[in-house]
Amino acid sequence: MKKDTGIVLSQTRLADGIYSMWIDTEIASEARPGQFAAIFPSAGNTLLQRPISICEVSGDKSAIRIVYRVVGKGTNEFSSYTEGTKVELLGPCGNGFDTEALAEGKSALLIGGGIGVPPMLELGKTLKKQGKNFKFVLGYRNSELFLYDDFVRCAGKENVIIATDDGSVGTHGTVVSAINEQNVAGDIIFSCGPMPMLRALKVFSEEKNMTAYISLEERMACGVGACLGCVCKTVNKDHHSHVNNARVCVEGPVFDAKEVEI
Amino acid sequence: MNTAVKIAGVEFKNPVTTASGTFGSGIEYSNFVDLNRLGAVTTKGVALTPWPGNPTPRVTETYGGMLNAIGLQNPGIDVFCERDLPFLEKYDTRVIVNVCGKTEEEYVGVVERLAQEKNVDMLEINVSCPNVKEGAIAFGQNATALYNITEKIKKAAKQPVIMKLSPNVTDITEMARAAEAAGADAISLINTITGMKIDIARRKFAIANKTGGLSGPAIKPVAVRMVYQCAQAVKIPIIGMGGIATAEDALEFILAGASMVAVGMMNFHDPMSTVKVVEGIESYMKQYDVEDINELIGAVE
Ligand SMILES: Cc1cc2nc3c(=O)[nH]c(=O)nc-3n(C[C@H](O)[C@H](O)[C@H](O)COP(=O)(O)OP(=O)(O)OC[C@H]3O[C@@H](n4cnc5c(N)ncnc54)[C@H](O)[C@@H]3O)c2cc1C
Ligand SMILES: Cc1cc2nc3c(=O)[nH]c(=O)nc-3n(C[C@H](O)[C@H](O)[C@H](O)COP(=O)(O)O)c2cc1C
Ligand code: FES
Repeated sequence: MKKDTGIVLSQTRLADGIYSMWIDTEIASEARPGQFAAIFPSAGNTLLQRPISICEVSGDKSAIRIVYRVVGKGTNEFSSYTEGTKVELLGPCGNGFDTEALAEGKSALLIGGGIGVPPMLELGKTLKKQGKNFKFVLGYRNSELFLYDDFVRCAGKENVIIATDDGSVGTHGTVVSAINEQNVAGDIIFSCGPMPMLRALKVFSEEKNMTAYISLEERMACGVGACLGCVCKTVNKDHHSHVNNARVCVEGPVFDAKEVEI
Repeated sequence: MNTAVKIAGVEFKNPVTTASGTFGSGIEYSNFVDLNRLGAVTTKGVALTPWPGNPTPRVTETYGGMLNAIGLQNPGIDVFCERDLPFLEKYDTRVIVNVCGKTEEEYVGVVERLAQEKNVDMLEINVSCPNVKEGAIAFGQNATALYNITEKIKKAAKQPVIMKLSPNVTDITEMARAAEAAGADAISLINTITGMKIDIARRKFAIANKTGGLSGPAIKPVAVRMVYQCAQAVKIPIIGMGGIATAEDALEFILAGASMVAVGMMNFHDPMSTVKVVEGIESYMKQYDVEDINELIGAVE
């Protein structure tokens, strides 16, 4: 993990309030799918980092792409950055998805919901490089399917299943409704998205006896494991805390759904 | 040029340490900071048994600072002694262990356990914990309770004792005097200031505990004022903290009367903050021809 001053290479608006930014940074060289960057706004009143998932790593591992929704002061500032803006960041943070958990010959469902969609892209690209089988199942609010073309390029149209809250595209409803309605099969789940979706996937995977890896969100201060601000309840006591609390920024953000209480 | 300071007979190579709870036991930040550059590492509060801490959200950003209600999650003194102390032993820096408890007996238990540890240079007692036997008022919010616990801890302690004062009192000097009268070797201040933040969109408290401790640059003027008042009220040395981000901030505390300073939440903003403060103090001393840092302690006019 490094602290670095990155340089914005490009910024584009993907949908209403959703932006994509490529940042030239040293942290790209070590980044794995499912890890995040802790990005510092420059305003003097916003002192904490904003955790943002790594959506893609450039082929030469010199830059990362983040895709984010403007929800407050920090993300609003990020959306004003243009080519050449310097940005302080720390990373790569967290454990990321363990692609080894997907055995040869088995297939994975990469399930993203809302602003949890972006990290699925780097995961898909990595699995593709490893020659493994997978499908994307993506939940959006409406027909603004940000990153859709990138997912199709990675896996082919037939392997990108869509659910929308308003029913404008794909299955009307949640990612779980899409899996049921469109008979999507897989052996293991990797997912990131809002808590209700993750809770539904925890139940779904337990019923189907599948392993599900879920990426959790929690309020963070340090992003490096020092402050104990970002914990989630765990079934077992972990080696660090010795209580039933794991740090989302270090032991997570990706957990086996069986091992966390959400 | 001398940057070393002495507190209760313990020499620190420079006056900069970490504020408890913002630096773990140094393990996480050792990726970013050469711990050998620090006067001391002050560790996260440790209790007799593991504490699970509060529900989340535990932290939230506020204007120029943050609120936290971690609830003193810690793995307990046994794990701390087996894992964290051996890690710190590898570094040429002093170790100040921050201690918490819910009863006098719990504090004394930790202090007795630490008495056997050679690598612990000082103890810092966090008296902002609720006293479960006395209506959950924090030990540090009542001068008699503070006097009593300081006296008991001093009897049990092998290492010099720093009492860490809470700013959530009417008169901080009354607390400083009580700690001194009971035999404390030093005081540190300030702990966080109790605050609250409400998320108006969700109509919910921003942190699950409803209230949290405010820290960061937003509290610095309060902290400098309290350090100054305590320096006028007691003779024992003071470790100052509260919103320190830069050497300039640290020097304000030193001029107000602090012999040492601690960097807290600003470690989250810049993991290299502590070392930058050390280096900045050195450049200030060069710039103003200060031969000995001790000349600056309490030198405000
Ligand atoms: C591991 C992880 C990965 C994430 N990946 C992405 C991503 O790829 N794209 C994206 O758009 N968002 C992502 N988020 C959420 C993102 O961190 C928040 O939307 C962002 O911090 C909001 O900052 P703000 O200053 O705009 O909002 P403000 O409300 O002004 O922020 C105030 C404080 O609250 C924190 N905060 C607010 N919302 C959240 C939240 N949902 N989760 C954690 N902290 C929050 C901020 O970091 C800041 O400290 C991720 C969160 C986590 C924990
Ligand atoms: C996340 C967090 C955890 C803390 N944990 C402790 C603790 O365990 N024991 C303690 O005495 N003080 C604790 N503190 C208080 C700090 O040590 C310090 O007194 C306070 O934050 C003011 O300094 P700052 O503004 O530089 O952060 C904590 C502060 C923060 C922000
Ligand atoms: S954010 Fe500090 S421990 Fe995770």
